[in-house]
Amino acid sequence: MGAAALEVRDLSKRFRVIREKPTSIKQRLLTSRTRAEDLWALHDVSLDVREGSTFGLIGHNGSGKTTLLKCVAGILRPTSGTVRQRGRLAALLELGAGFHPELTGRENVYLNAAFLGLSRKQTDRAYEDIVGFAELEGFMDNQVKFYSSGMLVRLGFAVAVHVEPDVLLVDEVLAVGDEAFQAKCIDRVRAFQRDGRTIVLVTHALDTVIEICDRAAMLDHGRLHAIGQPADVVREMRYVLLGVTDPGFVPEQGTREAEIAEVVIERPNGTNEGAILRGDPLTIVVDVRQNEPVDELDVDFQILDGGTNHAVLDARTSRAGIDLGRFDKKRVRFRIEGFPYDPGKYWVTVGLSNRSSGHLYHVQTQRYLFEVFDAPRVQDRVEVPVVVEAEDL
Amino acid sequence: MDALETTLRSSESPHLRVRERLRVLAAHREVLANLTRKELKVKYAASVLGAVWSLLNPLVYLAVFTFVTQVLGTNVPHYPVYLLSGLLAWNLFSASVSTGSRAVLDNANLVKKIAFPREILPLSSIGVALVDFVLQMAVLLAIMVVSGYGLSMPELALLPLAILALIAFTTMLTLLLAAMNVRYRDVGHLLNIALLVWFWATPIVYASGLVQQELGCGDILGFGCKLVEFLYWLNPLTPVVEGMHRALYVTVSPEGTQVLYDVSLGWLALVLAAVVVASVVLLRFTWGYFFSRSGDFAEEL
Repeated sequence: MGAAALEVRDLSKRFRVIREKPTSIKQRLLTSRTRAEDLWALHDVSLDVREGSTFGLIGHNGSGKTTLLKCVAGILRPTSGTVRQRGRLAALLELGAGFHPELTGRENVYLNAAFLGLSRKQTDRAYEDIVGFAELEGFMDNQVKFYSSGMLVRLGFAVAVHVEPDVLLVDEVLAVGDEAFQAKCIDRVRAFQRDGRTIVLVTHALDTVIEICDRAAMLDHGRLHAIGQPADVVREMRYVLLGVTDPGFVPEQGTREAEIAEVVIERPNGTNEGAILRGDPLTIVVDVRQNEPVDELDVDFQILDGGTNHAVLDARTSRAGIDLGRFDKKRVRFRIEGFPYDPGKYWVTVGLSNRSSGHLYHVQTQRYLFEVFDAPRVQDRVEVPVVVEAEDL
Repeated sequence: MDALETTLRSSESPHLRVRERLRVLAAHREVLANLTRKELKVKYAASVLGAVWSLLNPLVYLAVFTFVTQVLGTNVPHYPVYLLSGLLAWNLFSASVSTGSRAVLDNANLVKKIAFPREILPLSSIGVALVDFVLQMAVLLAIMVVSGYGLSMPELALLPLAILALIAFTTMLTLLLAAMNVRYRDVGHLLNIALLVWFWATPIVYASGLVQQELGCGDILGFGCKLVEFLYWLNPLTPVVEGMHRALYVTVSPEGTQVLYDVSLGWLALVLAAVVVASVVLLRFTWGYFFSRSGDFAEEL
């Protein structure tokens, strides 16, 4: 990997939240002291984004993600700290931010492309592609005030992805459009990655971070809460989202004579993504590797209710009468025929232990997550007695 | 890969380095062109007459002031040429300053979401006014030539100098007001009043020669000169408008009435050059002010 495309050092940003802001000279003269409150949107944030890598930035609303992006893009001036940037940068903080309703689609493409650093000639060359990508052939000479919001968003994204900066900052814009368009956007991001461009992505879609980012960071109340592998940072984010703050919590432990190679939660639609409906079948697939010969290996899992952190379901191979024996690699499937519990988030803990001694080889505590929605139900018809009466009036 | 340019952003209020900044602005000239085009489009969008409106405005002024001067009995020969040559310059100034001072505020959505040199916003306001000016000027010159009023040298040589002085002064002031307006919204109100006073303090509608007669001393820089006359010429728009008059209206005293200020061409050129130099020097400071404040625009809007 190359040098750092972005070096953020001790970056802090203070917003002064002034109750009565003096916006006139008279007020300025009359009010001797303005009542200002400091709000630290960023607090000593340091991170590097390497050239050619894709960096995910996650956190709650108001955690400082967008502020960080704006400081990096040069829209906001940091209160302290520095940002060093190598190469040309384009920031996409809001799709179609530069669109003007009175202009036609075509004129807006040129205006927006100029904002993002494209020359007229470059825009000329990319124009057909942009229109094709946005699927707006035949609409380009209409004023954009007649566009639907979906069309606007598509056009905004189409322009942005045809700009070819060295560093691209993207704020929460992949979550737009229908599924087909989203897939197209992801494809485009992949092409960016292949071209060796650097991407910083702010998003709430945690699965996207795991899927496309090389590294990730999580911000919490303006501070850098976690940074590292996307999967780890996302897990951390999920704990925080669920309010799990167990100080004695150990995510992974064990002596590793046997190891959990991979865990996949298979949903009924055949994918490993997305929520399930209550009553849907669910399969937890655990791939186990023995680093040293281990006898009496027991594989187990446990499902915990994310709301209460109580175990609601568990199973183990020994209880099912399966002796795994010695092996290099084996796949164990736990099939739940119908998941009966309430809608919500559920954690999965997977463990390898010795079935007689209880010795722990490898445990991943609450590492995996799935979500349950309520199935739309057609109520069964039941016999309800109805009393029918008639009387003279 | 080492060819990539490194940019450093820090907490320090940015300090204007003119040459470097000019390069940045040059790199963003497409944004300026596009924004100016956008403003023009939006200005005349959904109007039937479109750009004709920009020609109609001076014509209405002409009708009104011709009527007023007739009523007042002040007789300026070839009044349309006199009025329009000054009025078009004034329109460029007042349109630039009033829309330019609001440029950052009016484009808050852009400033908050997109990184680009903020100077472009007031500059595009000036650009729009300049397009109108060129259009109006072309029509005026065409009419003058066709109607046989004619253009004469060497007076015409004052025209580019006057326009240069006008643009330099306008840019200098617009950048200052645009930056101040973000923090103090009074600027807009104050400007409206100031422009009204300023309009009448500049010899656009009335004959400048009358001012000279009233103030009564010919030699501006002479020691006997009245302070008022000095102040009158301290208004940078006075030499600009007077330069336009001399370039297009040409004749100082036609048929007995003194219409223009009786100063030599060379002296007028000198004053205009002084306006250019002073404006450019001041521009360095107002631009510096705008630039150092521009880092906080997104936050203050």
